[in-house]
Amino acid sequence: MSKSHLELTGVQMAFDTPSGPFIALDNLNLKIGKGEFVSLIGHSGCGKSTVLNIVAGLLGATRGGCVLDGHEVNTPGPERAVVFQNHSLMPWLTVYENVELAVQQVFRKSMSKRERKAWILHNLELVHMDHAANKRPGEISGGMAQRVGIARALAMKPSVLLMDEPFGALDALTRAHLQDSLMEIQQELNNTVIMITHDVDEAVLLSDRIIMMTNGPAATVGEDLAIDLPRPRNRVAMADNPRYLRYRQAVLSFLYEKQRFPDKAERKPSAGQKQDSGSEGEDEGRQGLRAIA
Amino acid sequence: MSTLSQTDTQTGPGRWLSLMGILFTWQRLASAAQQLLLPLVGILVFLGAWHLAAPQVNTSLGAFPGPADVMEQAGALWQEHQNQRDRAEKYVTMQEERNARILSTNPDAEVRIRAYPGAPTFIDQIGTSLVTVVAGFFLATVIAVPLGIVIGLNRYFNAAMNPLIQIFKPVSPLAWLPLVTMVVSATYVSDDPMFEKSFLTSMITVTLCSLWPTLINTSFGVAAVNPDLVNVSRVLRLSFWTHVRKVVLPSSIPAIFTGLRVSLGIAWMVLIAAEMLSQNPGLGKFVWDEFQNGSSQSLSRIMVAVLAIGFIGFLLDRGMLVVQRKVAWNE
Repeated sequence: MSKSHLELTGVQMAFDTPSGPFIALDNLNLKIGKGEFVSLIGHSGCGKSTVLNIVAGLLGATRGGCVLDGHEVNTPGPERAVVFQNHSLMPWLTVYENVELAVQQVFRKSMSKRERKAWILHNLELVHMDHAANKRPGEISGGMAQRVGIARALAMKPSVLLMDEPFGALDALTRAHLQDSLMEIQQELNNTVIMITHDVDEAVLLSDRIIMMTNGPAATVGEDLAIDLPRPRNRVAMADNPRYLRYRQAVLSFLYEKQRFPDKAERKPSAGQKQDSGSEGEDEGRQGLRAIA
Repeated sequence: MSTLSQTDTQTGPGRWLSLMGILFTWQRLASAAQQLLLPLVGILVFLGAWHLAAPQVNTSLGAFPGPADVMEQAGALWQEHQNQRDRAEKYVTMQEERNARILSTNPDAEVRIRAYPGAPTFIDQIGTSLVTVVAGFFLATVIAVPLGIVIGLNRYFNAAMNPLIQIFKPVSPLAWLPLVTMVVSATYVSDDPMFEKSFLTSMITVTLCSLWPTLINTSFGVAAVNPDLVNVSRVLRLSFWTHVRKVVLPSSIPAIFTGLRVSLGIAWMVLIAAEMLSQNPGLGKFVWDEFQNGSSQSLSRIMVAVLAIGFIGFLLDRGMLVVQRKVAWNE
């Protein structure tokens, strides 16, 4: 948490729709320090993924911008590696070749062939996937494929690791397992991470900071909560840690009291909402409402 | 006695095992029947129906040939091919002997060997047709796959090309043929031509008709590349060529092969029609010649050609499937 490493200033994102422009994000400001693990949380459709895509350079903000280490972000690049929700491995390449594609591209000039090979294997070991190096993504489970997706992103030695609901498509046990792995890796490499999540526990357990976003349209940062819990964190021990529970309570109250999930009737169908995936967030929202009521 | 009583008293697991063994063999028999027997039954029923129905159909060239007549003519065609080949060999050896004689008296004499001038046999025509279809299909592939990739990658280009594709796709080979013939005769003028004009005409007609399925499927496959994979490629800053080579092409290989198989089937059908209409050498010409010949065997011979065309078409498709299994990652 030193000087500002990544900075989003006055970001506005408008999508063209047949019924005029839809403002998904408006006046969003965010500063992230080196080595920080930041979670973005908010209801689906609030533009979390849009923020991530702007940082990744996959989308261009209509107003404002993003600066990383003093350089403006306007194209995608490997220094801002992305882990996608559904692993996004090339199904025709083996696990090894998928990581190789990234390493080849990024370190073609700076590493020898042998160094590259060692680096690929090192990253696969980091996510405990070296045993399946020669398997295709279709032959391994979703959780394993997501590990490889993370290994591919880490292998680019990114200054910022962007994760778009990386564990959203996984079952609860696999998710917990991968969260632990991610904490371990983070402890070792101390990457700057921006992670999108729907899961309150995941956000509190993993993050140094939780950015809670208001509901769209014109979504922006609602609350910025610093999570001051000692690391390494143990999920079982955290379960009755009063501070952990207080943080958890704060996020839940933001999501389900201050920013109640908007009714479907109020929501405008828009291109912006396409950016956020799936309806499972909705279900989570409904369940949460019931739990609180 | 003792063995009998032993089998009688066999109880428990032993009996169950033998029962299961019987069931197991039954299952295997049933699956073997489905895989082998039923197709065989289908063929036999067809042959029987053909055999019974054929004599009822009377044409100006006699009754429609039954399976037996066709078999006989297939043998005859093969025999003719063998005879022709023997004659050709003799013709060449005769020339060689003569040349040797001339050279022994006058070593500076210019000698040459003429090719046997006999008419092409049924087997020769099959060979010609196969070469033509492969060449035409190859040319279609070489045009359609790269063009399909460009169309799939660029939606402006796609919008510009779409009406042309929609209009030219349904055009029958017979409509192209006169135009292709005229253009080839006008433009392909050379004293020492590498290809016969008839070969070029047939081949280009095949290409024009068979490139559409590959073109459409390729552009569809390329446009349908998973957007997340495209984003991965963007994050990695892959160059255009690397992107095409490492992401677009492998991803659309299954769609491309679907198109290629349809294209090859069309190519084969189109070729026969083109050869018939333009009298270009090949199986189509064989059918047409037999039709014009109008002997009592003609219908049987045409039927042999029909079966050969069908069987070769089937083999071509199987061949394509083998290639697809070798190349495509999802097989």
